Amino acid sequence: MINSRFFNRSELIGFIALAAVLFVILPLTLDVFRLNLVAKYLTYAFVAIGLVLCWGYGGILSLGQGVFFGLGGYCMAMFLKLEASSVENTKIQSTPGIPDFMDWNQITSLPLFWQPFHSLTFTILAIILVPGLFALIIGTAMFKRRVGGTYFAIITQAVAAILTILIIGQQGYTGGINGMTDLRTLKGWDIRPDHAKVILYFVEVVLLFACIGIAQFIRLTKLGRILVAMREQEDRVRFSGYSVANFKIFAFCMAAVFAAIGGAMFALNVGFMSPSFVGIVPSIEMVIYTAVGGRMSIFGAIWGAILVNFAKTSLSESFPQLWLFGLGALFIAVVLAFPNGLSGLWADYVQPRIDRLFASRKSKTDWKDNSVADGAPAE
Amino acid sequence: MFGDYSLGDLGSIFVMQGFAGLILFSVYVLMALGLAIIFGQMGVINMAHGEFMILGAYVTWMTSNLFQSYLPSLFSGYFFLAMILAFLASGALGMLVEWVLIRHLYKRPLDTLLATWGLSLMLQQAYRSVFGAREVGVELPQWMLGSLHVTDSIEVPINGVFVMGLTVLITLGVAYVMYKSRWGRQVRAVVQNRIMAGAVGINTEKVDRYTFGLGCGIAGVAGSAFTMIGSTGPTSGQLYIVDTFLVVVFGGAASLLGTIASAFSISQTQSTLEFFLSGSMAKVLTLLAVVGILMLRPQGLFALKVRK
Repeated sequence: MINSRFFNRSELIGFIALAAVLFVILPLTLDVFRLNLVAKYLTYAFVAIGLVLCWGYGGILSLGQGVFFGLGGYCMAMFLKLEASSVENTKIQSTPGIPDFMDWNQITSLPLFWQPFHSLTFTILAIILVPGLFALIIGTAMFKRRVGGTYFAIITQAVAAILTILIIGQQGYTGGINGMTDLRTLKGWDIRPDHAKVILYFVEVVLLFACIGIAQFIRLTKLGRILVAMREQEDRVRFSGYSVANFKIFAFCMAAVFAAIGGAMFALNVGFMSPSFVGIVPSIEMVIYTAVGGRMSIFGAIWGAILVNFAKTSLSESFPQLWLFGLGALFIAVVLAFPNGLSGLWADYVQPRIDRLFASRKSKTDWKDNSVADGAPAE
Repeated sequence: MFGDYSLGDLGSIFVMQGFAGLILFSVYVLMALGLAIIFGQMGVINMAHGEFMILGAYVTWMTSNLFQSYLPSLFSGYFFLAMILAFLASGALGMLVEWVLIRHLYKRPLDTLLATWGLSLMLQQAYRSVFGAREVGVELPQWMLGSLHVTDSIEVPINGVFVMGLTVLITLGVAYVMYKSRWGRQVRAVVQNRIMAGAVGINTEKVDRYTFGLGCGIAGVAGSAFTMIGSTGPTSGQLYIVDTFLVVVFGGAASLLGTIASAFSISQTQSTLEFFLSGSMAKVLTLLAVVGILMLRPQGLFALKVRK
């Protein structure tokens, strides 16, 4: 998979660095609690990869990624919650065998749309298909009518608001503002002890690299180039005979599916799901992770998700007041001064030095070959 | 859902809910007016608009406290001074923000969204540090308390009537400034064709700054009016920002009349539904309807025919 055609040299360095950190360094150096925190940060990295495709490459800013993150997370959480609410576990309820929050809200039988979530196969399909279809509907309705840019951003934001209000309002069916808590086992396997957390972490990292692979593949094919062309000169792409709307819908759906996988891993790793990860504020924060890391770089966006969340945890623990100021200033600074984020800084200041280092060791022709094979579109 | 009420009761319910809707309508219109100028005319997505509104609310609160402790005799009239101060404070902050931040981003509308979101976070934290996290409420002067009895079953609160009257006045004022004054003509010229406007001698940068300032200033007045009907906290502005954007987009971004029509239909739908359903479902249905209509008619209710 890794060859000079799939990753150019700088991407290969990024790939190896990320793999080394996630597979070797972090599991060896962190205790299980911190590793679980990293797993939580990484769930946002899935969203960030989707945003790189959809926003960085396609130019479609979605402020509703929390919706898809939430849909994926809730699908997973519904399955886990049903398993945790077996008849033996819920003997004390007035109706045993249904989730506790339903019992508290005087619901006496499992609602119809909960029934299929007894099956793990259905759940996994739903994690992919529900957000995918939802994105397809929104995307078709919007892009076929050539609604884009700021209007699209505002409407996706409204969708995020609607879903949050709906989840909080329908407490009996969704667990309301507390969300779905007390998730225990996956097919009889307890997800709460330390060794399970470590296994789940590795499962997540493997999935993350699979998503990186898919995203990189999309980026390098003609599809990726059309996305960039569309972002820069939409009309010319349309006049060349491409269906701009279909490409946009595709990018938006891919981003939704990535976000949903992140959401499902969130429910597994953190052990609960609540509407506070669905609404407007988390959705914009997800965009910010991507912007900080670099909207044009898959690896950059992943580092952005990890670093901003790390800063959030450590700063908001010790200086809760400073955190919002810092986050706000970070937004402004990224937008004003470094539109390409950390990866832009890397490419401008660190990369030339590395290149010089390599250039002095290798022959000049080799270096030229490499730059021609560079699959990344010029930016 | 109508079964338990007699026809007369239903009539009163609709009037009372309609009136509650009118107060919501006033808040929407006041917030949306500023946004319609900033977003509709300039194309800048100002996510910090709610925070400019809250600044106006805090200024009103401080003025009321000042009058209470130093000029109790003039307390009944403090609101008029507070409104002017709110306009000036929010307007000045808006111009500062335009100068520091927005003017670098006119060509990147999606980035203004992110930057102003950052700004809104910082402002929220600043309010929390300065005024505290708890919500504050202003004390209303005596003449604004109580309500008018229209019939036996219908009564309307005076502060609501006052806010509505204020809304009408401010809307007329904005319409006059935008469509009749020389300055409004300059603003519209810059919006339609920046280069040509510059070529005929309009200082486009100055027009931008004052337009943004005016939009923010109106948001401040909206906040001032908002204190009449609710309490103010550091994050109150964020609650309204998405609704307000929907109002502006639904109305057709560049049309003042569209903004008013859409604020009216959204607020009336919501408050009428609220009586029969739970508050959250009323909101969900209203927003869904708006999003649905926008998908069918992306240009909004009143589209301005401009050659692009």
